[in-house]
Amino acid sequence: MSLFVNVTLNGIANGMIFAALALALVLVFRATRIVNFAQGAMGMMTTFIASSLLGRGVGYWWAFLAVLVIGFVLGALVERVLIRPLQGKSELNPVIVTIGLLVVLEGIAGTIYGNSSRGFPAAYSQSGLTLGHTKIAFSHFDVFILVAVLVLMTATLVLFRATSLGLRMRASAFAGEISRLLGVRVGLLLTLGWALAGVAGSLSGLLVAPTSSFGPYYMDLVLVYAFTAAVIGGLESPVGALIGGLITGLSISYVGGYLGSGLQPLGALVLLMVALMARPEGIFARPPARRV
Amino acid sequence: MSPPGTSRSWGDRAPWVRGLRLPTQPLVRHLLLALCGAGLLYAITSSLSPYNDFEVGEIALYVIALAGLSLLTGSNGQISLGHGAFMAVGAYSAALLMTHTHLNFLIELVAAIGAAGLLGLVIGIPATRLKGPYLAGLTLLLALALPPIADKWSSTFGGDQGLTTTTPSAPGTINPEEWLAWIQIIGALITLVLLANLLRSRFGRSFRAVRDDEIAASLAGIHVARTKVIAFVISAACAGLAGAFLGLSTGVVNTGEFPLTLSIQLLAAMVLGGTGTLMGMWWGAILLVYLPQWSTSLSGDFSLGSGASAYLATIIFGVVLIVVMIAAPTGIQGGLRWAWRRLWSLRPGTGDGMSKISRPA
Repeated sequence: MSLFVNVTLNGIANGMIFAALALALVLVFRATRIVNFAQGAMGMMTTFIASSLLGRGVGYWWAFLAVLVIGFVLGALVERVLIRPLQGKSELNPVIVTIGLLVVLEGIAGTIYGNSSRGFPAAYSQSGLTLGHTKIAFSHFDVFILVAVLVLMTATLVLFRATSLGLRMRASAFAGEISRLLGVRVGLLLTLGWALAGVAGSLSGLLVAPTSSFGPYYMDLVLVYAFTAAVIGGLESPVGALIGGLITGLSISYVGGYLGSGLQPLGALVLLMVALMARPEGIFARPPARRV
Repeated sequence: MSPPGTSRSWGDRAPWVRGLRLPTQPLVRHLLLALCGAGLLYAITSSLSPYNDFEVGEIALYVIALAGLSLLTGSNGQISLGHGAFMAVGAYSAALLMTHTHLNFLIELVAAIGAAGLLGLVIGIPATRLKGPYLAGLTLLLALALPPIADKWSSTFGGDQGLTTTTPSAPGTINPEEWLAWIQIIGALITLVLLANLLRSRFGRSFRAVRDDEIAASLAGIHVARTKVIAFVISAACAGLAGAFLGLSTGVVNTGEFPLTLSIQLLAAMVLGGTGTLMGMWWGAILLVYLPQWSTSLSGDFSLGSGASAYLATIIFGVVLIVVMIAAPTGIQGGLRWAWRRLWSLRPGTGDGMSKISRPA
């Protein structure tokens, strides 16, 4: 019984992290109809920068903030330099380019920082909380993860639902040509979508690093789990990313707890295949309309 | 990145060019080309050292995997970021049979092809409903999910040690490296002839029709889902054969040989060679075999730390993916075709208007 509780709590904490990265994928997909397979690697890169800053004696929260800003800039830069030239070409081209960016970033991180996994500090204690007399597998840091991701989700929802900037972003993603005619600076807003995704990706990188073997490849699996989460949620909806993240996090955690951690990616593969077979448009997406 | 028009007019060219015309029957022409290739490769392998023969064999096995990937992406418009996983399935299937049974070598190869094709079927069926990025994510997850399985059941799959493979002993006085290279070259040539014929057949045309417009294809009476699954199975089966051959080259099969990087390197090599072409895959395979060596010597020149050479190769593969996609989506083979046609259309009186229209943009 206690195994079940702990596995569930662990699944929720992981699910929140997957939700953050899934949100990044959703932001990019909403803006440009592209899945950014380098999103995890971008988070990895910014977390390595954070690690360097911490090594030079910068305070944790300053480094945290700096890295979110760097993530913003990196996201915007990638969209402008690599993705913009591909506009109007086959949908496979951006997939291939983001995969290229993924391995370039991993190669750069590996060359600079080496392969050996180094530790990355957590903002708060990682030992479990005590409820009554029993110690549970949910630490102060897990509480921080929960709060940070919920703040991120709320901010995104407020941006899209309650501000005119969010409305313009939705309009330029939904009908770019018409928005441009109405005076919306579509190009700039697509870049903004990528930049915000960069922030969410950086946050997920910072949250994963303390609990994983922090090295050039530590975001690979997180990325595919987040992709699974985003697909379950429909690749379009921030709320879907959150729900999908929790479903994925819990499933992975149960597979790991009862069958062994080596089978976790296979569990995610089965989950993704079931989700794609049963409801390819996701739980929260509008009914699909196909343009002939 | 569509292949060039198939009906080329040679009539208005100089008489000696018309004399060079290849037979119009696809089967005859492909067999003739394969025989020429075999002759060329025989000359190469018999003049090289055993170690170079080994590398030629590796090039041949990568050509098999890349040709399957090129058919899938170039001709059918589906993408796979997990072809390393299909190679792993082929390699492990062959190695398991070699360890536990004494079957004929050819049967072991067929089993490797069949096992990879079966996994291709399992992945290909949901893939029929998926557009590009979804399929990319699914196959990416496949590449990450399969290797840990072999670690989990290490008593069956040999764990870190892996399984050993055995190449059939060479006849006569041929040295073993040259013999292995020849097994792999013959496998590659047979695969290329079969795929080239397939692409010129009714199946090949329906692959391209589905790639260009699924709705139009289904209106024309093509079973879209079946066509996509068939393309995926063929592609996976090619990767399975390549994996079995890779196991022969390395002598052991373990999970370390099939990381995610392998799948991405295959994609990079395919894109560089020329997506959708078969001959272009030789350029991609040469890159796969020699780039790690070049980057080792390069990182030695810049005296980077140990281990940096692997990362340098990774960076180069990534840059290749990005630059080719943005600057030259038709790859090396596309560029060569374009140059070839420019050469002819520049000669006075030999240019035909078609070449300007059908050349890759």
